[in-house]
Amino acid sequence: MDKPLLSVRNLTIDIPVGGGTLHAVRGIDFDLNRGETLCIVGESGSGKSLTSLALMGLLGKNIRRSADRMDFDGTDLITAGPRKMRALRGGRISMIFQEPMTSLNPAYTIGDQLTEALLLHRKVGREAARARAVELLEKVGITAAESRLSQYPHQLSGGLRQRVMIAMALMCEPELIIADEPTTALDVTIQAQILRLLYDLGREMNMAMILITHDLGVVARVADKVAVMYAGELVETGSAQEVFGAPAHPYTRGLLRCIPLPGKTERGSELGTIPGIVPSLIGDVEGCAFRTRCPHALPECRAEIPRRGAGEHLFRCVHPDGAVSAEDVPA
Amino acid sequence: MLTFILKRLGLAVLVALTVSFISFVLLFLAGDPAAALAGETASGEDIEAIRRLYGFDRPMLVQYVDWLYSAVRGDFGESYYFRLPVASLIAERLSVTMTLGVCGITFALLTAVPLGVAAAIRPNSIIDRVALFLSVAGQAMPSFWFGLILIVVFAIQLGWLPPSGASSPAHFIMPTIVLGYYAMPAIMRLTRAGMLEVLSSDYIRTARAKGAPEGRVLFRHALRNAIIPVVSLAAVQMGFMLGGSIVVESIFALHGAGYLAWESIARNDLPTVQALILVFSMFYIVFTFLADVLNAWLDPRMRSS
Ligand SMILES: Nc1ncnc2c1ncn2[C@@H]1O[C@H](COP(=O)(O)OP(=O)(O)OP(=O)(O)O)[C@@H](O)[C@H]1O
Ligand SMILES: [Mg+2]
Repeated sequence: MDKPLLSVRNLTIDIPVGGGTLHAVRGIDFDLNRGETLCIVGESGSGKSLTSLALMGLLGKNIRRSADRMDFDGTDLITAGPRKMRALRGGRISMIFQEPMTSLNPAYTIGDQLTEALLLHRKVGREAARARAVELLEKVGITAAESRLSQYPHQLSGGLRQRVMIAMALMCEPELIIADEPTTALDVTIQAQILRLLYDLGREMNMAMILITHDLGVVARVADKVAVMYAGELVETGSAQEVFGAPAHPYTRGLLRCIPLPGKTERGSELGTIPGIVPSLIGDVEGCAFRTRCPHALPECRAEIPRRGAGEHLFRCVHPDGAVSAEDVPA
Repeated sequence: MLTFILKRLGLAVLVALTVSFISFVLLFLAGDPAAALAGETASGEDIEAIRRLYGFDRPMLVQYVDWLYSAVRGDFGESYYFRLPVASLIAERLSVTMTLGVCGITFALLTAVPLGVAAAIRPNSIIDRVALFLSVAGQAMPSFWFGLILIVVFAIQLGWLPPSGASSPAHFIMPTIVLGYYAMPAIMRLTRAGMLEVLSSDYIRTARAKGAPEGRVLFRHALRNAIIPVVSLAAVQMGFMLGGSIVVESIFALHGAGYLAWESIARNDLPTVQALILVFSMFYIVFTFLADVLNAWLDPRMRSS
């Protein structure tokens, strides 16, 4: 296989806060090939957004980022200067944000905002850029696309705005698109529809995608790879089949028990919850962060946690098999 | 957009009418105008004659309409003191006041906006502290005191600038600085606060995610939104400056409309005072209206509401 498009090793994000340092993301590793979809799942506050902002080089000024390796198609994202990063952002890597209502500039028309990235990164004229904008608005299912170009964000509903955000991210046909919970702000009825649309367009343009979502049903359908994040760490990564078919980490199993999966969960069977709360990540964090909520916790969980697994399916747990046998997993 | 402008225009006219009525009534509240006109030595019969001559015996509403009709045509009657038409008296003084007002607001905007933007880009930096110091000092220091300091230093000690009068552009330098510095702190702080808020907003992050250069992010994406409230403030301050530069005009002996108002009040010259109140209010109304139109032009959300 070719070199991966994106390769991340030991990405760490520290935030200075009042009472010390918040170790928000701690040593995460993953690879992503061209055209592949990686889904990052994990509960609120586990560091998913910070991870994606770190890739874009858009973390706040006071947030510290470090990594052993962060390579995008031969460009080292850690050492890349502002000029190099600007050339990548919007041109070859684009991002769709969690908040469609506030992510568009209220002072400019949809047309201005759609064409901006294209005009910045590619040598195209205004007319060609507008034509491309109309084409993409139609692709994301917006009717009367031409007339939308002269509208302002406040004249569009949340669903339309999120479609505009998607079209905007696709303008330059980026090689990598990072979509951070692109549908959480929307009506449940259109969430799945928009995710589907995004996924299909990604396929069509052969883009690699990092999709952050809470919706494990969607993950099961679209992901090539899955990364499960808990309290700033990737506790389990692997292909979608491996992670869903044979979840190794106790947290992954807990997460899967929380949602009904088509063909996996029996009708009428009880959905689980994971009791307990996420530990504070301020100050030194040692051992497994999930141990306080884990049914299989041992004294060893306080020490360094070994990385286990084979091939691409990796997890971090003191139990060699993630203590699967100790649990009566529903078939 | 057009309906918005028409609505605001209608409102402005209503306010103008109300103000004109109040300034008209003022004349009556200030005492018997016929007695004032006749002077202290006049007999009762003389006062009555004057009352009839000037039409003060007619119903008030009739007098108001009559007065308004003349005022609209630019006839504000005759000054009690100068025995000259009030209109030409004011027109003569207004050019000085307007020059000063325009220079003052320009100076205020040219210092306050860049300073506010710079302070917001690096909060708590040296430049932010300097901006804060200048704004606190500007607010704490009375205009007459600041004006006197400038006169002592630049006119008397260094001899660079003329201390008083209005006969050359150089005469306007110190008054402009004093008047502009008076308006600067509020504009600066509003710009800073607006920029800080806008810079932390999601759409700025979106602009950066598109790979927009920093200058484009700051000016095209951020300042464009942060400047909206500043425009209203500046327009209102401009209206205020045109009527409120009495202190500055008297320190530098610039004989403008503000100075005339102050003199006329002292002299009980009611027609002049009345006309000046009307003119100052009109400036205020016109600039508030302009602020609304500018705002609608800058903020698409206002246009459609
Ligand atoms: N600028 C910041 N200052 C301080 N703490 C921050 C900052 N940004 C994020 N955090 C903290 O870092 C942790 C991870 O945040 P992040 O936004 O990455 O979570 P997330 O996984 O995206 O959650 P969600 O699913 O709610 O979007 C959270 O505990 C959050 O409070
Ligand atoms: Mg998030």
